[in-house]
Amino acid sequence: MRLAAAFLAFALAVLTVVVSRPAMAGPYEDALAKFTTESYADTDEGLGLLATSGNPLAVDIVEALADGRLLFNADAKTVYVKKADGSLIDAATGQPATGVDEAALKPVRANNRVRRAIEAASGALSLMNPDPAKRLAAAQAVFKSRDAAARPALETALSRESDPQVKAALASARAAIVLNDSASPEADRIAAVDTIAGAGNQDALALLQNVPADAPAGVKTAAASAVASIQHSLAIWDVAQNIWYGLSLGSVLLLAAIGLAITFGVMGVINMAHGEMVMLGAYVTFMVQEAIRTYDPGLFDASLIIAIPIAFLVTGLIGVVIERTVIRFLYGRPLETLLATWGISLILQQAIRTAFGPTNREVGAPSWMSGAFEIGHLSITYGRLWIIVFAGLVFLALLGTLRLTRIGLEMRAVTQNRRMAASMGIRTNWVDAMTFGLGSGIAGMAGVALSQIDNVSPNLGQSYIIDSFLVVVFGGVGNLWGTLVGAMSLGVANKLLEPYAGAVLGKIALLVIVILFIQKRPRGLFALKGRAIEA
Amino acid sequence: MLKLFSEPGRFAGRLVGRVAAGAAALALIGAAVPAKAEDTIKIGVLHSLSGTMAISETTLKDTVLFLVDEQNKKGGVLGKKIEAVVVDPASNWPLFAEKARELITKDKVAVVFGCWTSVSRKSVLPVFKELNSILFYPVQYEGEESERNVFYTGAAPNQQAIPAVDYLMSKDGGEVKRWVLAGTDYVYPRTTNKILEAYLKSKGVKDEDIMINYTPFGHSDWQTIVADIKKFGSAGKKTAVVSTINGDANVPFYKELGNQGIKATDIPVVAFSVGEEELAGIDTKPLVGHLAAWNYFQSIDTPENKAFIEKWHEYTKNPKRTTNDPMEATYIGFNAWVAAVEKVKSTDADKVIDALPGIKVPNLTGGTAEVLPNHHITKPVFIGEIEDNGQFDVVWKSKGLVPGDAWSDFLPGSKDLEADWVKLKCGNFNTVTKKCGGA
Repeated sequence: MRLAAAFLAFALAVLTVVVSRPAMAGPYEDALAKFTTESYADTDEGLGLLATSGNPLAVDIVEALADGRLLFNADAKTVYVKKADGSLIDAATGQPATGVDEAALKPVRANNRVRRAIEAASGALSLMNPDPAKRLAAAQAVFKSRDAAARPALETALSRESDPQVKAALASARAAIVLNDSASPEADRIAAVDTIAGAGNQDALALLQNVPADAPAGVKTAAASAVASIQHSLAIWDVAQNIWYGLSLGSVLLLAAIGLAITFGVMGVINMAHGEMVMLGAYVTFMVQEAIRTYDPGLFDASLIIAIPIAFLVTGLIGVVIERTVIRFLYGRPLETLLATWGISLILQQAIRTAFGPTNREVGAPSWMSGAFEIGHLSITYGRLWIIVFAGLVFLALLGTLRLTRIGLEMRAVTQNRRMAASMGIRTNWVDAMTFGLGSGIAGMAGVALSQIDNVSPNLGQSYIIDSFLVVVFGGVGNLWGTLVGAMSLGVANKLLEPYAGAVLGKIALLVIVILFIQKRPRGLFALKGRAIEA
Repeated sequence: MLKLFSEPGRFAGRLVGRVAAGAAALALIGAAVPAKAEDTIKIGVLHSLSGTMAISETTLKDTVLFLVDEQNKKGGVLGKKIEAVVVDPASNWPLFAEKARELITKDKVAVVFGCWTSVSRKSVLPVFKELNSILFYPVQYEGEESERNVFYTGAAPNQQAIPAVDYLMSKDGGEVKRWVLAGTDYVYPRTTNKILEAYLKSKGVKDEDIMINYTPFGHSDWQTIVADIKKFGSAGKKTAVVSTINGDANVPFYKELGNQGIKATDIPVVAFSVGEEELAGIDTKPLVGHLAAWNYFQSIDTPENKAFIEKWHEYTKNPKRTTNDPMEATYIGFNAWVAAVEKVKSTDADKVIDALPGIKVPNLTGGTAEVLPNHHITKPVFIGEIEDNGQFDVVWKSKGLVPGDAWSDFLPGSKDLEADWVKLKCGNFNTVTKKCGGA
């Protein structure tokens, strides 16, 4: 009886081995089987097996999984890669698959856990990729995953690498593994500390702060001194980074306020509808992008450039209409102007809400405005950089218009002495309309830039109107340079305060500072001197 | 002299004439209304259609109108057609109370569907108590409240925030050890973060591993805060952001995350106020993998949801119009009210309030929403990852339905409190002192 049972067990074991052999042929096949179970945990494991399987097909599988092109049949336990042209490849053999029932196939799903595993696996697999950019990304992925299994591949790659940037990244990745590897000799680990400290960034700091507790004392002291020096240099970079953020915030304030510097600063009109001009400019950008998407998607990268003049003309025209129909009857009556323009702002908001709906509209970023680059440890996003450049250009263009053109001369003449200008034959009515139109048009151009960083919704303008007045009053009414300096100093001050006081308190503190400043110098930073003050 | 007197006199005479004419017109309208009211049941819709909250609330107004339309096609309720009275409180909190009073006393509505922000709900509460009417509140909120006249069909913190944090602590969620609690500076994020902080500490998370950050409404410059989050997250422990950032501030926040290259695989952000509607304004490609916790997603594949979306598109004549969680909560609330009214054959507030607990109506995700004695409902919890098409891919769902808990078990002041309007007839019964009336 017992013998029979033993025999049966033996037979069963043999059977199991025989039956499961085709599926158990190696780590690569094991990995594929893991992709058919609809479990994130299994997919994660499968990726780990794949990375070390050494199978040349592994790279394609990982890429397909990342793009959602890896399909599986849950019943047959088969996995396929879908190519860009829609044809299927059998993942087990790498040969084109025929006669597959596509309706039974489901894509292997990815969540964050799987995506992290994909990054680590593709890092380990593409260390030898011919494209240096991919090798760099791979080295960084290994640095992040610190996967000790990738060390041999890393060392081979390191010995062959010629690109200095990639080489440095590979060395850091290797050092990250060595540092945490208790089997490595102490000297190697201290050398690893030096390599990591050389990178000097936040990741290096984190790595050195978390040296394993069982590391030799020599490694620990080396790490501690490296941490101190990195912290010191990062603190200095932090200040630089905050100043950059401040300039970037300042440029946004400048864009929003510079049109107001014309209508409020030069003409003396309290225009509460200024923010709505910014909002209209953003909606013009949205419509331009919609038109481009429908008629010529290839032009998308140029959409903002195309939107700028259109936004200027549209909002400028609306500005002229507002001036001709409402504001010209109210010159010299600031309270009535305030109420009337406040009413106009509500009308414009609700009109846009009715026309476009209350929800946000999507304005895409052209490719040259996405992403970031690093100078030292300063990370600079392209979007912000271009907005600073754009704000500078608008400022110079406006300054040039006021200084060098005939209309600019007439504007200055009218605002300084209306009667005298009229006696000289200047059509003051026309100049008023043009000035208001110019201020509104510039607000519209600001809207094009702000559509990149803020919501394109009917409420867009409201959030900028108070800040704009603050900038103009702080900088000195009637002076463009004052607006520039005012915007930049408010931006930088805000960003330097924020890390200490928090966003809410920082803003309050800034308001208090400006109020105190205005008490001391009621005419702002750059007060106009002489007779112009009376204007 | 004479002229001076005659002018106002004439004016006064004209004024009297106008007032009389106006009164006559009013009387005519007044006479017309009762005649019509006899064959309809009026319900109130109290959602902002202008101002900052219009972005979220307009959809809910449309939802109620859509549900009324559907119900009337089925013959209305108690054999009468339902008539929706829409008012616009314009994102102005005191105006909410005024408009609520107007709906109840002037329009004589049987029930009101409305409010989004907690402050608007708090503003209308005294009105509903004083005039004894019913409010259905369809938005996820901070809890710590249970009123006799209010039914909360949105999620309480234990139906949204706590499960989301649990998911992130699990292996699938990435075993997060370090937490950023980022929110807009008002009552919902502050209370939710207080609950979450207490909960995380009870799970052994240390003080230095929790960073709490508040920003003003409509905050648009996120550079410093996102850089801080990045720095906080690079300390070698897995980090996640729990976001209670509200409304418009989300778009620039997510844009900045994308710009600074923070991917969901590095630092995932789980949001409680970001749904399909909010994502409509952003390019979601850089956001793939960031999370949201809700009790409903448009992408959930059930026959009920499919039919609902189809009819919604038909009603709005817009095949791209999204659906979201507060819409489902409105749907549940509306159907629960209809079921309660049919049960007691009356729209009388007292009868309906007593009939509502125990009412079960199907939700859109294949489950059943039951109105509980604490005036909250049972809900499933879903966690979705943002996909590149602006929809959510559900990566986790609760095992069963989670009953809404009005008073959080993780706050010292509220863990002894219990709300039960059936047996205890009390919204804040203290289980230690055995008294109704709070802590």
